[in-house]
Amino acid sequence: MAAGEQKAGKGIGVRLPRKEDERFMRGRGSYVGDIKMPGLTDVAFLRSPLAHGRIVSVTAPDELAGRFFTAADIAASVKPIRAVSGLPGFKPSSQPALADGKVRFTGELVAMCLGRTRAEAEDAVAQVVAEIEPLPPLADFAVAEQPDAICVHEEWSDNIYLETRIEKGDRSRIDGAAIEVEREIRLSRQCMVPLEGKGTIAWWDTRLDQLVVYTSTQLPHMMRTGLAECLGLEERQVHVVAPDVGGGFGFKCVLQPEELCVAWLALTRKKPFRWIEDRREHLVAAANTREHHYRIKAFADAEGRLLGIEADVAVDVGAYSVWPFSACLESAQIASILPGPYQMPFYACRTRSVATNKPPFMPYRGVARTGVCFALELMIDAIARQAGLEPADVRLKNLVLPEQMPFTNITGKLFDSGDYPESVRRAVETIDLASFRARQREGSDDGRLLGIGFATYCEQAAHGTTVYAAWGIPMVPGFEQATARVTPDGGLELRIGVHSHGQGMETSMAQVANQVLGIDTDRINVVHGDTALTPYSTGTWGSRSMVMAGGAVSRACEIIRERALAIGAHLLQTGKDEVELVGGRIQGQGGSVGFADIAQAWYKSPETLPADVAPEGLEVTAGYKPMVDSGTFSYATHAAVVAVDPDFGSVEILDYVVVEDGGTLVNPLIVDGQIIGGVAQGIGTALYEESPYSADGQPLASTFVDYIIPGPCEVPDIRIVHMETPSPFTAHGIKGVGEGGAIAPPAAIANAVNDALRPLGAEVAMTPVTPHRLLAAIAAGRNGRQPVQS
Amino acid sequence: MKPSAYRYARPSSVAEAVRLLADSDGGGKVMAGGQSLGPMLNLRLAQPELVVDITGIGELASVREDKDGIVYGACVTHAAVEDNRVPDAANGFLARVAAGIAYRAVRNRGTMGGSLAHADPSADWMTTLTAVDAEMLIAGATGERRVALAEFMTAPFSVALDEAEFIVGIRIRRHSPAARFGYFKFCRKRGEFAEAMAAIVVDPAAGVSRAVIGATDSRPIVLPDISAYLPLSPERLEAAKAMVEGLGIAGEPIKDAMHANAFARALQQVKP
Repeated sequence: MAAGEQKAGKGIGVRLPRKEDERFMRGRGSYVGDIKMPGLTDVAFLRSPLAHGRIVSVTAPDELAGRFFTAADIAASVKPIRAVSGLPGFKPSSQPALADGKVRFTGELVAMCLGRTRAEAEDAVAQVVAEIEPLPPLADFAVAEQPDAICVHEEWSDNIYLETRIEKGDRSRIDGAAIEVEREIRLSRQCMVPLEGKGTIAWWDTRLDQLVVYTSTQLPHMMRTGLAECLGLEERQVHVVAPDVGGGFGFKCVLQPEELCVAWLALTRKKPFRWIEDRREHLVAAANTREHHYRIKAFADAEGRLLGIEADVAVDVGAYSVWPFSACLESAQIASILPGPYQMPFYACRTRSVATNKPPFMPYRGVARTGVCFALELMIDAIARQAGLEPADVRLKNLVLPEQMPFTNITGKLFDSGDYPESVRRAVETIDLASFRARQREGSDDGRLLGIGFATYCEQAAHGTTVYAAWGIPMVPGFEQATARVTPDGGLELRIGVHSHGQGMETSMAQVANQVLGIDTDRINVVHGDTALTPYSTGTWGSRSMVMAGGAVSRACEIIRERALAIGAHLLQTGKDEVELVGGRIQGQGGSVGFADIAQAWYKSPETLPADVAPEGLEVTAGYKPMVDSGTFSYATHAAVVAVDPDFGSVEILDYVVVEDGGTLVNPLIVDGQIIGGVAQGIGTALYEESPYSADGQPLASTFVDYIIPGPCEVPDIRIVHMETPSPFTAHGIKGVGEGGAIAPPAAIANAVNDALRPLGAEVAMTPVTPHRLLAAIAAGRNGRQPVQS
Repeated sequence: MKPSAYRYARPSSVAEAVRLLADSDGGGKVMAGGQSLGPMLNLRLAQPELVVDITGIGELASVREDKDGIVYGACVTHAAVEDNRVPDAANGFLARVAAGIAYRAVRNRGTMGGSLAHADPSADWMTTLTAVDAEMLIAGATGERRVALAEFMTAPFSVALDEAEFIVGIRIRRHSPAARFGYFKFCRKRGEFAEAMAAIVVDPAAGVSRAVIGATDSRPIVLPDISAYLPLSPERLEAAKAMVEGLGIAGEPIKDAMHANAFARALQQVKP
């Protein structure tokens, strides 16, 4: 199809406006916080004021009896959260719902109080007295790794959840390399800041003898498993609903202690309780992601061809291992994905997941890739500067080539398809590198320094059984299932176990069904987010939903199609081989019938059906897994032009281009939205968002005054160019694409800043590139040295 | 978080407001727009027993002109200044400052008096109105008193008001048509509080050549006579920067350079 041509219909590939926007854009979404119930009791928490300490006592005045709870009340009936990994040497942690004996990060739950309103519950919290004897706080991984450091978990011998080592290829290839560059590269800890925070409301359903938990989650089925395990219930006794969820990004894919507390209250008191996270709780107790530290060396020949990478990586994972993803998801991934889309004859990497007195680390959109891309792409540019080459040309010399597909890289990753160098060439062309270099040479008239930066990455998505079984975490995805049901009036209901919280799946899943059955998307409902109504699923994570649930919807609809063809042929008094499905109708020589006719026959006039009709009827649950389930590989090249003000250390993004190949795009309009949203988050990581800690482990950004997220003025228009190479392994060639936008911006922007700073001999190598860090880099450049990354 | 319980009053006269504050025995807090007090209540950083909302006092939202100055009621909003719904005593300078305060939603409700009483060192009005030598009109149990804004702020988030006093107006001298102004602030993000800020007022007819450096850790720094740097030349610009850097306002070279650069940017706006 020619560029710019609009595909007709409502099937795969159509830029269909989102069905769900009718409610979202009118403010009619229904979130946990919108739920009203008679007798609803609010919960507020007393959170630890110290990063590390031993609890001596937690007391409250007598008048709070029945409204005040500590570990002493719940520890016997609520098991701590334990997320283990099967990787050899992994040390698990136990995270109690309410701190039991020790506190291990500022913001950890110490006690909970009840009130008729949140304000009343907070009044009660204000009366609780916690006596905590301070222990030495470990506010940074480097402190926690000191041999004499106190252990965050007393039963451990050190503060390392897991150490991994990998060495691949031929080490002798880096000997005598013409180019050797070494850098220390860091990403700051940050929050995810979804528009809707976390929230949970729970009650006991006496009729069904079930604990009902409405919670803001990406993984309702997994939450049922986690809640049941910790509360000692059978899973049939737990019903989890994720209603409308205002953004997840990974923050809502783990079991939270607050969820356990609220569920325990409902279970034991048989009344409704709720907790709605406020922004301060989020910024303090959920500052939980991105914090990677790299010492990395890259070796190349004089022409900029990579000879090898050696890296030593620490991830500051915080106090506990989160369930189900564990504390080592990122570090284990880093080791395997650091080579990115590049070819190299040698690669070695050591990683550590380090326990500190900070909130538990969680996977955030891009999961490890944002850090990996930042580290590797800064090194590619460092090589280019040393070799005196255009950074884009160094990428072209090292990227995997289209004729090598499918390609197995140095760490054994199987790339499915694509033309990676073409994404660089198109980015160069779209951002007009040649004109930019001319403009850069002339200099700006306002004293600002201009720079251009590129970043190329691959995004493995929809990782399946083989990948996750190797990591040994408590959640290994298998076949994904979807239910398709033709309603008695000829409409369609789809039931999927993943959850849509911004991904537009109520539209895109309907488009897949429309592609197979031709039923108008207006007549298709997509049901998700309810363990009672949908097939089991590990949920929405890892950019997997469109590949996995989309594939399952496709399979279910294909089975419906065959059964409909059989009934339709009978109604048309002809053989099944004589009819076909066209435009949502079964056509034979003598005429046609629609799904309403077929449904009428099946549900209401079964006497008209043939004796050999399929007894399963017009409702199908089908399972799906790609023929190769190690994951799809989307990729992109991002290019940024920035202006740096050397007086204030500020960075303005003047142009931003994304050339993206996400395989077959089910709805390119939704993909564009995901890219733009992801890039906005990436700009936050690159320039603004940071959760700094004092040396004693106190969070220094607890409101939006100190925690800065980009606003409309900080996010430029993003120019998107799509390439579309279908995956050979998946239904319809779909690839996962939801996280990509957030992966490359820190790398592209920092590379652009470094390009601008080149005349000053300065470089930045830590996110976010704040004015202070940028000015410190300039000052260090002036003195002919690299700045300390802090 | 949610605020702790408080009583709320919305008096219709200055006298009534003063009486409510006097009777509250130190437990009263004035709200003039709530754009800073609101979040402080929610975070329980402020836990007053009584909130006295003065936006119901009609006269405080209006403007009074006298022979050589204008008195802005304490409850005149930033948006009213930005939109020129009130006269501008500084030839458009006030409207320009107002338009850069936070975000429009904040400007719609936030007030001049509220901002000055809150006394955030990084807020726009504290620095710019110090530059135009504004005078605070303060009502209290013993009547009205006046104090220069430069004397009004005593420390960050602290002002010279006793428990039963509040700002009723801000008087600004009417500047001559020849007056020139410079204002520059550096914010990490559009609408956020400034990291560095400088305001300059040069009004030869009134013998004024004053600069104020804001966004410090404390009170704005007044440079009463900067005429030596004007008219600007490259050498004078460098000298001006060196002078501000030499003040060591932040005691840290990178931040001190930011203050100096902000001053230089403001100075460059002052055309001969």
